[in-house]
This record gives sequence, C-alpha cells and structure tokens, in this order.
Amino acid sequence: MLYDQIVLRYGDLTVKGKNRNRFEKRMLEQVKQSLCAFEHITYFKSFGRLYVKLNGNPYEPVANRLKDLFGIVTLSPVVSAEPDLEKIRAAALELMLSLPETPATFKVSAKRAWKKFPHTSQEMNHLVGGHVLRAMPELKVNVNKPDVELRVDIQEEATYLFYEIIPAAGGFPYASNGKAMLLLSGGIDSPVAGWMALRKGLELEAVHFHSYPFTSDKAKEKVIELAKRLSYFSGEPLKLHLVPFTEIQTTLAAAKSDNLIITLMRRAMLRITEQLAERSGANGIVTGESLGQVASQTLPSMNVIGRAAELPLLKPLVMMDKQEIINVAERIGTFETSILPYEDCCTLFLPKSPSTNPNLRIVEKVESLIPQYYELLNAATEGTEVLVLTPGSQTAIQAAGEDSWF
Amino acid sequence: MLYFDHCASTPPYDEVVHTMMEVMRTQYANPSSLHRAGTDADKLIERSRTVIAEQMQTKNGRWLFTGGGTESNNLAVKGIAKQYSGRGKHLITTQIEHASVYESFSQLEEEGFRVTYLPVDASGHVRAEQVLEALTDETILVSIMHVNNEIGSIQPIEEIGKLLKRHPKVIFHVDAVQSIGKLPIAVEEWGIDAVSGSAHKLRGPKGVGYLYVRDGITVYPLFTGGSQEYGFRAGTQNVPAIVASAKALRMSCETMNARQQRTNVLKQQLIRMMEEIPELKLNGGEPAASHIVHFSYPGMKPEVIIHMLEQHGIIASTKSACSSKENKPSRILLAVGATLEQAAGGVRISFGDEHTEQDIRRLGEALRLVVEHLKPLERRLT
Repeated sequence: MLYDQIVLRYGDLTVKGKNRNRFEKRMLEQVKQSLCAFEHITYFKSFGRLYVKLNGNPYEPVANRLKDLFGIVTLSPVVSAEPDLEKIRAAALELMLSLPETPATFKVSAKRAWKKFPHTSQEMNHLVGGHVLRAMPELKVNVNKPDVELRVDIQEEATYLFYEIIPAAGGFPYASNGKAMLLLSGGIDSPVAGWMALRKGLELEAVHFHSYPFTSDKAKEKVIELAKRLSYFSGEPLKLHLVPFTEIQTTLAAAKSDNLIITLMRRAMLRITEQLAERSGANGIVTGESLGQVASQTLPSMNVIGRAAELPLLKPLVMMDKQEIINVAERIGTFETSILPYEDCCTLFLPKSPSTNPNLRIVEKVESLIPQYYELLNAATEGTEVLVLTPGSQTAIQAAGEDSWF
Repeated sequence: MLYFDHCASTPPYDEVVHTMMEVMRTQYANPSSLHRAGTDADKLIERSRTVIAEQMQTKNGRWLFTGGGTESNNLAVKGIAKQYSGRGKHLITTQIEHASVYESFSQLEEEGFRVTYLPVDASGHVRAEQVLEALTDETILVSIMHVNNEIGSIQPIEEIGKLLKRHPKVIFHVDAVQSIGKLPIAVEEWGIDAVSGSAHKLRGPKGVGYLYVRDGITVYPLFTGGSQEYGFRAGTQNVPAIVASAKALRMSCETMNARQQRTNVLKQQLIRMMEEIPELKLNGGEPAASHIVHFSYPGMKPEVIIHMLEQHGIIASTKSACSSKENKPSRILLAVGATLEQAAGGVRISFGDEHTEQDIRRLGEALRLVVEHLKPLERRLT
C-alpha cells in the first residue's frame, strides 16, 4: 500500500486566536472517536494540522469517514519519507508511478519548513523533479498549469509527499460552539438544518413531536433513522426527545380557531422545547424553517410563533430555496428517508386556509381560554421519552423477532 | 442410507427447522395488516432481506421472496422481458438452462420474442464472447445460469457481467439456484442485474425462492392482487419459511469456504474411483462445481442404476428432478455433444455437508458392484 498517512488541515478554527488550542484538542478527540472502528491508527499533531497514521489500514474507508467530519477543511493522502534526499526521490517516483493515469505534465512544489534540511525549496524542486523525469521520460514539466502538482513538504519529523488536496466538510468541531435543541419533524428540511447546525460546531439534542394514534410508529421510526444519520456526522451519540403531543393537538383542534391551529401548535412546541432545553442546558433552538415556504413560515407567522420562546431561534435554512435544501439533503443522505410517506403531527388537522398573518393578540387570547393549557404542556414535557442514538443503533427491522431466528 | 441428491434438495439445518416452527407458532398475523401483530410480521420479512443482502454483499438492489427457484426464474425472465419489450424483443440465453428458464423463453417465443439459445462446448460452457456476438440493438435480456444443475459446469458469469456493463440497456439475469451459498457470487461487482435462488437447495425450507433485483429495474408481475414484495409478487408472504430461509442462507454462506474445500476433496476421491470403472463416462468438464459429479453408463437405462444403487442404500438422481419423469434423453447432455446413448443414461451424484470420505468410498464400491452386476445386460434393455 502506497499511502501511510492522511494529513488533515483545519480551517475556521485556526483563526480563533487563544482558543486554538482548545479547538485543536477537541478536533483530535473527534477524529479519534470517529475512527474508533479502525485498529492501530495513531496520530501526530502539528501546527494547524493533524497527521493520521494508517499503520496498515486501507486509505479509502478512513478518508471517506474523515471527509464527513466537521472542522476539517481539506485532507490529503500522503507518503512519508525520512528527510533524506534519496529517500524523498524514491518516494516521489513511487507516487508518480502509482497514478491511475500517467499525466502529460507535472511540477514539483517543495516546501522546506525544517530549515536544517541541506537543500532549499528551489533546489529540491529540481532535485526531485529531475529524478522523476529521468525515470519517466515521456513526462514534461509545466510550472504554470501542470496536470499533477507533486508537493513535497519537508518537516523535521518527516517529509510528506502528496498530490491530491481533497475538500472536506469544513465548519467547526462538534460541540465547540455550545448546545441547542433541534426540532426534527421527519420532513426534508429539519435534518438539513440539523446538519448545518452541527457543521457550525453546535452540540444538538433533537426533539420530535408525535401524535399516536393519529400518527404511526413508522413516522417515529423514520425520525429515529434521521437522528441516527445526524449522529454519524457529529461522530457522537445524539439524544432524541420524543414528545407525546396527542393531548395538546386534540385540545387545540377543539379550540374552534381552525385557521390559527398551526400557529398554536408551533407555539406549544416551542414552549415544550424550551422546557426541555432548560433541563439539557441548551442555549438555542434550531428549526428547519425557510421563509415563505408554508403558512407558518411567513414573516408575520414567524413573528407570532417566535414570541412564544425566549431562547434564540436559529434558522439556518431561512433564506434558502427548496431546491438548494433538497440538494443538501441528497448529499448528506437524509432525502430518501425524509420522503417516506408517513404522516407526522405537523400535517394533521391542517385547516383549509391556515393564517399567513396571525394576530398576536387573538392568538394569546385563544391560548388563555384553553383550559389547563400550561398543565398540558408540562405533562407533555414530563411524558417525553429520550433515546440515545448512534449510527450503529439497531433499527426496528434489525430488532425484529428473536436474534436466534436469524 | 446415503443421500446424494443435494442438487434436487438438501436436508435442512436443525436451527432452520426450529426457526420455522417458532415463527410459525408465534408470528401468524398477516404481514400486510396495519395492526402491530401485522407490522411485527412484516419487520421479520424486512429483517430477512437485510440478512440476505448482508451475506450476499448487495447494497444497490432488493431481495424479493417468491414461492421457489422456479418462480424466481419465471418472474425474472418473463417479468423483465415483458416490462422492457418496448426497447426491443431480442433475448439471449443458453441451451443448457434449467427448464424453468428454458421453457420461460419458449413461452416468450410464442408471444413474439426472438430468442438466441447459445450453444455450449463439450465441457458444458459458454464463452463470454459468444454473448457479445449475439447482442443486437434489440437485445433487452441476457439470462445465463451460474452452475448447471445436471453437470455442474460453472459459466463465466463474472466475465459476461463485466462485458455487459458496457451495454447498460441489456439486463443480465443469473440463475444461481445451484450456486448461492455454495460458491462465491459477487452480484454487484460482476454487474449482475437480477439473481434467482432457492432456499431448499441450501438447507432451507421448500417454498421460498430469492430474487435479487437491482435498483432501477422493474419486473412485470406474474401475479396480481396485492402490493407485497414491492408490487412485484402479489400474495401473502410465507413468513416462517422466509425467516427460516434467511437463516439457512446465512449459515450456508458462513460455511461456504470450508464446504467448498471439503466437497472438492470428496469429488476428486469419487472421480478417482470412477476412473477405475471404464463403463462409466464422466460428463461435463472444469470449471465445475465441487459438489456435483455427473456420469453416464452408455447402453444402460439410468433408472435401473438408480434403483440398484438404492438397494445398496444410496440415493442418487437421473438428470434434473424437474424433468426426471420425462422419458427423454437429457437436453443438456445433448447440448454438450453427448451421443444419444450417453444422453439417455445420465446419473447425477451431488453431495454436501454431511458426507465423509468413508461415504464416498461406500458410494464408489456400490457403483463398482452395480456395474459388475449390470454388465451382461448392457444394451439389452430398451
């Protein structure tokens, strides 16, 4: 096997001044956690980057996992060589010969970060390039637009050779920017909002409202699948709060304010989520709302709904088009699950013409007339079931029947 | 009694019988029902699919359950031909397919499809180039078996599949009834679009067939009246047998390498013993499955050999069980160029997990005695 290491480069977090150390430490933990399925991997930390030493593991599955991890801007598979001219030349040639397609042109870009190495960067370009050219005479040098740029990074501990720079997910490492609750419905948008929040370094706990028997167990299983997918990206277990919403929903439906029912439901959801946030120590609520998408997502609706909560409401999709959201959903692998046709509580009791411009005072008045409104909210919070999910958590199908039957 | 008819059916694993019994007793709800008992039964079917997909290492397709290998083959061949007949009406298969494939093609011919039946060489193999040469702009389906059910020859499925990758509009079906769980088959890597299998050929229950269908391919259903099996096969699923079939497939696949090595040794041993009986002619040639030995006794009716072996406590078979009651020379042996006499006298020995070298010695000895006994009657029975 050619590649013995993968170098990871940090982006956003390296600019964080005094916090850099903390971020880098967090990042190392993240990488370790996400690669725990691979044996014998070791790590070497240097300024603004991390070297993952494969120690016999194949490169691709490790790189594929790391590509989805937040906080890494780019990664490169590298061949390391001892800081010795002949060894570097041999490694350079081996790398060039291993290319899937022999390029027409190339150039060497050497960088001597370790100044005690006897040859300068300029000299190294010629010394390494000349060696490759002698062995591969059909190859030409092109310094402006080479097909392949062979980089030689001379550090004290080793020299690293690579030609690929692969973009990764970017963002911040998990939980480096605080904690928030995510409203996870089971639709297309909220998992994307969750992914974007995770990418910004938020630690998340997901909240889902279900109205059994008006909604089915399959709707719940779908949300569990989505939460598991999100926990793959965070690299950490994800808590999913399953809130029983049937009582509240049927009570609101009986309030005879059909055009306001969505507004009332959303306000109740925010209030319950805030109670859960209080217990979990979360400082914000992430939703998948996108401006103008449905009646409850017009600006007047957002205003009236949002006033039910005091915590900041984070809406990463607010200015995105539906198609852009779908594109992300497809890329992060939540789209197929999201479009499974199981009704969730948000589509129950939908009125014919939901208000796009609800009046705050009327909404507050209707709420004040609902008997035991806050008791109902508290009961829902109390009745919430919490699941801790990881990408490997058993699905309902994997748990079906007795293991011994299979 | 020694049972040497594993190609026809196999003794089920004890664990499989146990699963079948428990699931039958406790999970009797209809898997299409909306209530919890129904969805529980449905989940068992879904889990069975994931077990099979995991063992067969498929990610981009679905495993359907049918009523058996014959149904899987019928559904694949007719269902694909009918679904895609708008693209063209030319189909390709071989002369040595199992009757469930061969006769499906005959039926399609009656309905106006053109079928190319590729010939095989004397060892019982087609070459990948033959398939390419037979392709036309009208071709929609190529169906080729993996292991032949009479003579055991292994077709170059990997090579054919990889060549057909360059013809994405041609669907490639493989009848793997005799190979799943017995030899490796890398469905997706080899570019196979549909695969048939049968549970009772790999120590599972009768009444369950497998059919892999790659994502994006639709199969026109043979049965209507329900949306079970993604709408490809209407009818209430046989839940206990399906769960048991998944277990059988897993157990067979997990022990496949060891079994292949063992049966290979047994086959070599049997062939060495048979070579000392000059009256017997081995049929087919390498590469061939290690659990099948097929021979002819020219000039002797195979039924007589079968009955005499039975007197020695040995169960063997004449040609394929599905066509063994027809009193005709084997279509497959004729296709490999056997004489009429040889094609009429085929006997198949197929073995599996329970057999030992001592069993093979007993078998070889019995064969010697049978031939000795029948020798004076050669060519006198008609």
